[in-house]
Amino acid sequence: MKILVACGSGLGSSFMIEMNIRKIIKELGVEAEVSHTDLSTAKSEKADIYVGTRDIADQLIGLGGEVISLKSMIDFDELKDKLKSGLGKKGLI
Amino acid sequence: MLDLILDILSVPAILVGLIALIGLVVQKKPSSDVFKGTIKTILGFLVLSGGAAIAVDALGHFGVMFQEAFNVQGVVPHNEAVVAMALEKFGTSTALIMAFGMLANILIARFTKLKYIFLTGHHTLYMACMIAVILVVGGLEGTVLIIVGSILLGLVMALFPAIAHPTMKKITGTDDVAFGHFGTVGYVLSAWVGKLVGKNSKSTEEMKFPKGLGFLRDSSVAVAIVMGLFYIVVAIASGKTFVEELSDGQNFIIFAIIQAITFAGGVYIILAGVRLILAEIIPAFKGISEKIVPDAKPALDCPVVFPYAPNAVLIGFLSSFLGGIVGMLVLIGMKATIILPGVVPHFFCGATAGVFGNATGGKRGAFLGAFAHGLLITFLPVLLMPVLGDLGFANTTFSDADFGVVGIILGNIIKIFVH
Repeated sequence: MKILVACGSGLGSSFMIEMNIRKIIKELGVEAEVSHTDLSTAKSEKADIYVGTRDIADQLIGLGGEVISLKSMIDFDELKDKLKSGLGKKGLI
Repeated sequence: MLDLILDILSVPAILVGLIALIGLVVQKKPSSDVFKGTIKTILGFLVLSGGAAIAVDALGHFGVMFQEAFNVQGVVPHNEAVVAMALEKFGTSTALIMAFGMLANILIARFTKLKYIFLTGHHTLYMACMIAVILVVGGLEGTVLIIVGSILLGLVMALFPAIAHPTMKKITGTDDVAFGHFGTVGYVLSAWVGKLVGKNSKSTEEMKFPKGLGFLRDSSVAVAIVMGLFYIVVAIASGKTFVEELSDGQNFIIFAIIQAITFAGGVYIILAGVRLILAEIIPAFKGISEKIVPDAKPALDCPVVFPYAPNAVLIGFLSSFLGGIVGMLVLIGMKATIILPGVVPHFFCGATAGVFGNATGGKRGAFLGAFAHGLLITFLPVLLMPVLGDLGFANTTFSDADFGVVGIILGNIIKIFVH
């Protein structure tokens, strides 16, 4: 199980979202590899779930994984809800 | 024995590894994680140096062609490229200033009213590097260098989010999250311009705007395209004969394109290195700060504001880039060092300036605010480069506004004290 977070240069935003995802999956008791990267790399990296803010999430569609598009980078509850439903679709919770 | 230890510590790659190791141990991570994390951090530093060599080589060809064509120095501001270049010489002091600067940030947030923790790790690294360069050029060394540098870095990390916060609250509608990106002066300028011109101007988000520029978010692609244009223009201007001597006979246009994409490749590797360096250090910093200053506001990277105004993001980029071109023409007219509009700063910072300008002055604010920002980040490097010592002669420099402002002030103050 791999969750990949992407942003423009893969340095700041995606890293913050990754840290929040780690917190959430720990709470949920799910085992998953979580990492963050830039858009170019994301397009050539296999993952089960891709995460990005709504302004770039379009570019993650068609890579073979579930895509989670976030309205806000700082809304922890939004991330948690969407992640839960994503993990649900993958049969993990 | 002591000599050996000092030798080991003066290798920057090992030093950053050690900082990561301490962070991991403090967080009580299992020993396998500590070992893995430390090795990855060291690897990150070495990967970064490799990327630097590639980017600097490609940029060197650009510099030579530019000089031949226009008889002045041409500079494409790009944080990653200049930092990677500087770390070769200033790696040790940068790593120490970064580590103690983060501690200073935590202490400042704990004991003063500046309750901001600056979490944009790559900017912390770049700012640590620039402060190290300026202080060393100014004549500081040893313990004094590290102490002064760390306090300065900690202050800058806590102060700039405070400056951005009033507009940030307006954009996000919450007081819980702050803004941490060293382009603040440009964003605040944009918000101010927005206030001046934006009376009765509607928000950018009420207009229909094409989505076609989304591919520019893919920063390697954007760098390759824009640098490709610069390289081709410069190759044509310096002449086929000159370039083909440089390229050992390879067609001059093909050479220009390949060198531009090579530069983008070098930056790509540098970014991968930066990512590895920060992977263990930032979570440790975040974890420790949350324990010591639970009421602090995390200051986050600039794209945090993008989803609030996607149209302002595009308008801001285009308008800031336009400001960069106008600024460049002014510099050509003045026969000064020529600062070309680098795509990365105009995209990320210009977009952010657009969002700030929109928050105070609608679409007129977004357009004119970002335009003012574009002019600002074109002129600041001209004044910054003279205080960077040898690094001031490179074909790239620090790009975002706060680097310019902090660097110019610091570099000139230190001149008064030391000379």
